[in-house]
Amino acid sequence: MKPAPFEYCRADTLDEALDLMAEFGSDAAVLAGGMSLGPMLNMRLARPAAVVDINPIEQLSLIRLADDAVETGALCRQVVALDSALVRDEAPLLAEALPFVGHFQTRNRGTLGGSVCHADPSAEIPLVLATLGGYVILRRKGGMRAVAAADFFDGIFTTVRAPDELVTALRWPRIDPMTGYAFDEIAQRHGDFAIAAAAAVATVAPDGTLSAVSLGLGGIEDRPVLADLAGFVGAPATARTASEAAALAADRADPMEDPRASAAYRCQLVRVLGARVLERAFERAGARPC
Amino acid sequence: MLRIEPGARHRVTVTVNGRRYSGFAEARTLLSDFLRHELKLFGTHVGCEHGICGACTVTIDGRAVRSCLHFAVQADGAGIGTVEGLARDGVLSPLQEAFRRRHALQCGFCTPGILISATQFLETNPDPTEDEVREMLSGHICRCTGYEGIVRAILDVAGDAS
Repeated sequence: MKPAPFEYCRADTLDEALDLMAEFGSDAAVLAGGMSLGPMLNMRLARPAAVVDINPIEQLSLIRLADDAVETGALCRQVVALDSALVRDEAPLLAEALPFVGHFQTRNRGTLGGSVCHADPSAEIPLVLATLGGYVILRRKGGMRAVAAADFFDGIFTTVRAPDELVTALRWPRIDPMTGYAFDEIAQRHGDFAIAAAAAVATVAPDGTLSAVSLGLGGIEDRPVLADLAGFVGAPATARTASEAAALAADRADPMEDPRASAAYRCQLVRVLGARVLERAFERAGARPC
Repeated sequence: MLRIEPGARHRVTVTVNGRRYSGFAEARTLLSDFLRHELKLFGTHVGCEHGICGACTVTIDGRAVRSCLHFAVQADGAGIGTVEGLARDGVLSPLQEAFRRRHALQCGFCTPGILISATQFLETNPDPTEDEVREMLSGHICRCTGYEGIVRAILDVAGDAS
């Protein structure tokens, strides 16, 4: 339960971090909060040649409004995001999901970017980013790109990040006042990884019909998945629509099976949680102050 | 930039409970092991070593964190709070006194981490509900008490303070 030896490299600036990523590539593990990397090192599931500590890079901790999105630095601590008025007002789905992420003691240290890079299929932060249609910002020496969250996750603990790239920021599209949102999950204990998690975003037109609706599911497949609910645009924003949409999502889901939950139970959770978050999102749409 | 070769011993200086300490750590040395083995501060207990049990919780610059998920070399220059810093001149802190009164510990293995978490928790949330206390406690595992005494002890102190 102690890490294997590694070279410790503390990057004090972003340029230093990108130099180290270029030097070590896939032999490097990036250390942000350490809430996922720490256990993997301690259990020797990961044995990187180098650990690149990005904690001193202050610019990676910032939260700012960038046009139509809230941009959080990759190193933004979960507790800081949870306490941020900007996140609460402009990315309230993230604020609603964060209390489910680990515990007070791990949110004090854990980061938004670290959770996204770790890509646990049942993690809340990647699910919220995917449901909102957010982006992951990656930097490498002499280059930068933005990848849609839907394309970033590539399977269990796997992303499309290249070995020499560093995730520097996440973009969370702002939720306008006509749009409702909701997050909920079922876990064995509070703070555990979810057996199933659901996040919904819905925009309701003045005539009470849906003009846009998204339902994201975590813990179901090998990455956060978005249910295809295009057929429900134009439907009335009612509890019945919420149930029907969740039932469709459950029918189309291809759930994982593990010792905690069977595929059939996970399907049932999609039905129940999906309907719950959609209905709450419908209720909140238009009800928020401008 | 700082680079520490595998196996090399690096000097780490920290302030623990207001007192300066210095010792040596490899890059891979956990802060929990540095506190115990190098600084001989045995109050911090080590349970699961993967961030689940909470026994090793200390404060770093005022925030409760897992010392088993933190490398000692990262803490160089930081201010650390451990259970040894709670009692003053042999007098237990109000929370420690409440733990004793409420039988909030039996074997005591988990207690240092819970005391540290609860102390920081009450600083940021001086008048919590029972649900909030239980949610904070979900970051700790106690195999003896069933948590009831711990919840009562924390609520006692919260009530006294408000």
